[in-house]
Amino acid sequence: MSDPNAQPGSPDKEPASEDQAARTAVGNTERAEAATTTGGPGPRPTLGRLFLENLWAANTFTVTLLSLVLAMVVGAVLMIISDPEVLATYSYITARPSDAINASWTLVSEAYANLFKGSVFDPAASSFNAALSPISETLTYTAPLVFTGLSVALAFRGGLFNIGAQGQATMGVILAALAGFLLPLPPGLHLLVAVLAGALGGAIWGFIPGILKARTGAHEVINTIMLNYIAVYFLTWLIVQNGVQDPNRTDAISRPVDASAQLPRLFGDGLRAHAGIILAVLATWAVAWLLNRSTLGFELRAVGANPDAARTAGISVTRTYVLIMVFAGALAGLGGSQMVLGTTAAALTPLVVAQIGFDGILVALLGRVKPWGVALAALLFGALQAGGNRMQSYSGISLELVTVLQALIVIFIAAPALVKAIFQLRAARAARLQTSLAKGW
Amino acid sequence: MSTTAVPDVAVASVNEGFWTRTRKVGLVLVALGLLATVLFGALATGEQARFTLSEDAAGAALEINGTVGAIVFGLIALAAGGSMLAGLPKRWFVPVLAVGLVAFVLSFLCWQVSAAPTGQNFMPLVNIVRGTFLLALPLIFGSLAGVLCERSGVVNVAIEGQLLMGAFSGALFGSISGSVWVGLVAAAIGGSLISLLLAVFSIRYLVDQVVMGIVLNLLALGITGFLYERLMQTDAARYNSAPRFSNWEIPLLSDIPLLGPALFRGNIFLYLALLLVLVIHIALFRTRWGLRTRSVGEHPTAADTLGVRVLGLRYRNVIMAGAVAGIGGASYTLALFSFTKNMIGGKGFIALAALIFGRWSPTGALLAALFFGFADQLATYLGAINSVIPGQFLAMLPYLATILAVAGLVGRVRAPAADGKPYIKG
Repeated sequence: MSDPNAQPGSPDKEPASEDQAARTAVGNTERAEAATTTGGPGPRPTLGRLFLENLWAANTFTVTLLSLVLAMVVGAVLMIISDPEVLATYSYITARPSDAINASWTLVSEAYANLFKGSVFDPAASSFNAALSPISETLTYTAPLVFTGLSVALAFRGGLFNIGAQGQATMGVILAALAGFLLPLPPGLHLLVAVLAGALGGAIWGFIPGILKARTGAHEVINTIMLNYIAVYFLTWLIVQNGVQDPNRTDAISRPVDASAQLPRLFGDGLRAHAGIILAVLATWAVAWLLNRSTLGFELRAVGANPDAARTAGISVTRTYVLIMVFAGALAGLGGSQMVLGTTAAALTPLVVAQIGFDGILVALLGRVKPWGVALAALLFGALQAGGNRMQSYSGISLELVTVLQALIVIFIAAPALVKAIFQLRAARAARLQTSLAKGW
Repeated sequence: MSTTAVPDVAVASVNEGFWTRTRKVGLVLVALGLLATVLFGALATGEQARFTLSEDAAGAALEINGTVGAIVFGLIALAAGGSMLAGLPKRWFVPVLAVGLVAFVLSFLCWQVSAAPTGQNFMPLVNIVRGTFLLALPLIFGSLAGVLCERSGVVNVAIEGQLLMGAFSGALFGSISGSVWVGLVAAAIGGSLISLLLAVFSIRYLVDQVVMGIVLNLLALGITGFLYERLMQTDAARYNSAPRFSNWEIPLLSDIPLLGPALFRGNIFLYLALLLVLVIHIALFRTRWGLRTRSVGEHPTAADTLGVRVLGLRYRNVIMAGAVAGIGGASYTLALFSFTKNMIGGKGFIALAALIFGRWSPTGALLAALFFGFADQLATYLGAINSVIPGQFLAMLPYLATILAVAGLVGRVRAPAADGKPYIKG
């Protein structure tokens, strides 16, 4: 696979070879120029050549992109086999193959076009607001995912697997909402208190598995899974209590959060994007700083890499474990708080946090547990979610397809060896894509 | 995503001087006993609390005055806790603990039943036992799937997904073919498809098994939800009206009072679950396959040295686990309900809890599943008699119990040593 001469031939490699062909057609001058700029004598590869070689190597970017493609292919197959009309055309595919191909193409291309139009840009948009609307939707879905993703990523770097982002987000949303409609505070301060309450709720729910892990060695994966469900049952109990439940409603919904505790909207009242996305960018920066520049971050990574060595070096492993889980919980709690303080909903319902905690695990893995990677991954997931809504209402393709796509993307990026084998990728120059070694219970 | 093996932090030693584990548990039990005697006793009414041996208020019943019952059983729990505090020999620990806990539950029930609205001061034990088993069914199948997987060293967090896929394919193919048996086989295949993915990715591609489990749960949720909306919602008559197994009455056994009507008039899934517990227990501890499975789960290198095909055995066990869980999922769609989106609703994770609470053994898993099923059934019962205890807190019980168990407060649980660690032959 490392032999560059083997490149043409396989149909999978068409993009790269086409690109190469185009470059040779432009002429040799460019190549000569490139050679002079790099200045290396003899066999030193040119910049352009390096780019081409890396384009089809198993690096992070290529594998992620191809995982996305693979997931969409599987999604297309699911769409086709679940559509009786299109499926019917396959019964006479030998007689008239064009029917089956056309019907499938129309179905799939229309669905994915709607996915794009709902998340990035709709060419048919008439007004400025309408043109901005898909981006606004995407950002609205992205913001909480950044927080839960960061929560999982931060814990992962410290050697802990935080499956409890869902429960921490639930506790965060509970405390944020309670602060949002129970405390009579002036605007500004009210919002600040509500956001901090959300962080506190998550931090408490992160502290429990952290201290249990540090003191008794109880595995955080088990405890966080259990705490997720305890949080959900606590939420469903709390909603119907006096003072919490909306007095005008009989179903399980709480009073709405006061306007003074709502996050301000970014692009005016017509669009849903809110200041949560700014908080998300700040949080990403803060986590990146914490991990890479602070003493605590160093200790955290040391404990994550090898707790025994860290202990020998004088780092308190138990203290670090507790701190990691408190920080991770606070992040997830912040993400949860946006579900009522933002524009998604204003009141608590049993499903108010949706799946942001579990999605956060996928986001963290897709972002390679690096803060800015997590932010980008959350953006992709947010876009899929926003586009999925449009796909559902315009093409009638169930929103569940988005869940399938998200899960498949992560399955593929988690197994780069599989993607590498399917597309016959070259080995990456820097082997950064090692698979993780599981640690078990 | 690279995590190296992290051994658990130094475990706080359990036997520190006077406060041994027995004494700590005894202290908790004393507190529970006091609570039962004082609080439950005070809140219970003088009504007779009747525990009827039938499905309604009629028939033979065990009766006790509510206040007296609450206090007496509370005192028994107190005495059990006290004896532990006084320094009970270790071999008496489990029986005395069991007596204490059962007494606490009985005291609680005496209070609840006697405080129920007039005319409802009875608890139909047949219903309770039957409901317990019914609610425990998916948990039993799910935790057995966990036992098969994890005993051979593959963490199975995907139980939820396997149950869901089983329920879905059972409903789909049962409806299309019109045969329950086709549905049952399809359910087993559906469950094993999810575990095939788990096996391939965790054994062949060395993906973190917990990660893979979580992702597979989402995948199963997405695929079944998607196909449900596309197929079953548009044409329910064709795709979502699976035939159902009828109840089989076992002659003689079904005439036993209490247990007969509750246990021996069930459907095939109930018998299958109990049979599987027995079979897996015997197979795991008495056969060559079981010895190999356990050795692969504890020390794969040693097993490999002795000629056991580690990876092959793991593949086989994981796929079998999927089939078992798939059948568990079908116990919903081929016996009780038609398929709905996310119909398993977290039962897979309670099954995981049951597996851990039952210490990775088939019989332990059965008992844990029954305990969790009982908590669930009790929540339903208390809801029906307008109890002051919110059902949500009872629903939390399985999860709380598991946290207490893994934290070492109710005895230490230990996973198979190589559970979750991929084996790389080298």
